Amino acid sequence: MVSEIVSGFLQAINLIITLNPEVMRITLLSLEISLSSTFLSAVLSIPLGSLIYYHEFFGKRFIINIVQTLYALPTVLAGLLLFLLLSNAGPLGFLSLLFTPQGMILAQMILVMPLITGFTISALSGVDRDMKIIVISLGATKFQSIFTLIREVRFAILAAVILGFGRAISEVGAAMIIGGNIRGVLNYSGTRVLTTAISLETSQGDFPLAIALGIILLGVAVLVNFGLNVVQEGSVWKSYTSS
Amino acid sequence: MSEIVIKAESLSKQYEGKDILRDVSFSIDKGEIFGLIGPSGSGKSTLIRLLDLLEMPAGGKLSILGTDALASRSRFDLRNRMALLNQKPVIFGMSVYDNIALGMKYRRKSRQEINDAVHDVLEVIGLHGYGNRMARTLSGGEAQRVALARSIVTKPEILFLDEPTANLDPHSTKKIEELVLEINKEYDTTIVLSTHDMLQGQKLATRIGVILDGKILQTGTTNEIFHKPATTNIALFVGVENIFPGTITGNKNGEVTIDIQGKMIQAVADLTEGYKVSVLFRAEDVTIHLEEISKTSARNIFRGKIKSLIPTGPFVNVIIDCGQDINALVTLSSAEELGLSFGKQVWISIKATAIHVISDL
Repeated sequence: MVSEIVSGFLQAINLIITLNPEVMRITLLSLEISLSSTFLSAVLSIPLGSLIYYHEFFGKRFIINIVQTLYALPTVLAGLLLFLLLSNAGPLGFLSLLFTPQGMILAQMILVMPLITGFTISALSGVDRDMKIIVISLGATKFQSIFTLIREVRFAILAAVILGFGRAISEVGAAMIIGGNIRGVLNYSGTRVLTTAISLETSQGDFPLAIALGIILLGVAVLVNFGLNVVQEGSVWKSYTSS
Repeated sequence: MSEIVIKAESLSKQYEGKDILRDVSFSIDKGEIFGLIGPSGSGKSTLIRLLDLLEMPAGGKLSILGTDALASRSRFDLRNRMALLNQKPVIFGMSVYDNIALGMKYRRKSRQEINDAVHDVLEVIGLHGYGNRMARTLSGGEAQRVALARSIVTKPEILFLDEPTANLDPHSTKKIEELVLEINKEYDTTIVLSTHDMLQGQKLATRIGVILDGKILQTGTTNEIFHKPATTNIALFVGVENIFPGTITGNKNGEVTIDIQGKMIQAVADLTEGYKVSVLFRAEDVTIHLEEISKTSARNIFRGKIKSLIPTGPFVNVIIDCGQDINALVTLSSAEELGLSFGKQVWISIKATAIHVISDL
């Protein structure tokens, strides 16, 4: 077994170095789906989180609690719910998004949006009350106020976006259920991404491909972590050094 | 006739059922520096936030720059004609230039206009050449000057300063005080300054309002507030050291005699015999003599023994037991010259005109 792992590892390195088309296709599709879902989530969640923070309304605390609970939403459960909605018999069946990369983007957005929304609310809640007062007293409109305060906590929000990307690229449950893990051929991209491919290859005993994809996934995770550190260090550095 | 820029009538405010402001009424004229003095927690900051239209009062009327300031459609426009400087300098994570330019950017001014105005104001606050520095690298005093610059760059007609020097060292405090006077003179800006520092109020304000426990109890010139406080509470707050309860025993052409536990004091007041009163006079109005004096215009002369001497900076607080403890303030050099010491017998004199009488009714 040990020799199998060693040989699998060596073959995996070979697959990466030689830019194996199957490995590249899966990696690129993974990045495409996860980057898209994270970007769209950020575009929707940062303003949504800001609006929830800015306004006082009945049930605000309850909504924040729900959002925070969804941080830990099981990915298979998100996949199942979306499957029911997108299946032909479901209310959104007419969109024909099941087993498409677009459907997978939607599934990942369900997982990432609570994270970015919640962290945006938390980051803005940490802003000094006096700062909010001064922004309004300086004559800012509602949108100018929100924009200024978001700018103040941009590093915290950026960290949330990076964490969101980490959740998107590493999840397997929703991608499997909504994407169906369809292998891409020729111009058809398929829906096979790093996580679903690793799952399949492992179950089929094709360890070299699974390990190769695993190394790439780990590499992406390392990059995400590295990015997070850079952002956090940057937030301290930028606040206190000359521009 | 001077133009009224702020007129508050019976303003009130509650937080969580607790009265923070009660029946607050006053007016402020254009170009005035109005000092709002009161201890911490008296409601100064809340009143400033109401006046800057950042919060709504629970009741009352408020007119600012001739407009009903509580009508929702006028609030945003009015707010754009005013500015606020907080106790704690609020500095954004951007350059000094961008911090100062913020209000002008909100008003969508042209780049050229912003550039000119920011450079002018940097000159005024004495931070020329600091534009590109990250504002958070500045010292507390410099940061507060940047915050002040950000408030005045939009040329507000009314500037609210909420304890602007409470966190600053004496040097930075002096700089901010000079700037406040300069802004008032240069731009004819009406300034509302809240402070718990009575000396600052005295130094800067043309008129003062004393706020105690959520209510403005007296407005007047600094001289009126410090020498003729309307209540004993105000007297205590503005540092009147000698306060005694008494009864008027006679009035001869406006000159009253007051019995303070057997000691008779002459004062000027428009009250008749039998009135229960409080007699107030400041320590600096008490003169100490080493011998009994006869040739003096002061009507009140008492003999006593020095009970304690408390040095306070360049002065000495002398407490003299004359039956009642009377507090006198002399300079350190006078105290040395007179050879004042514990137990020494002295005579004190107080002019009848220096004594302020408040009816307890």
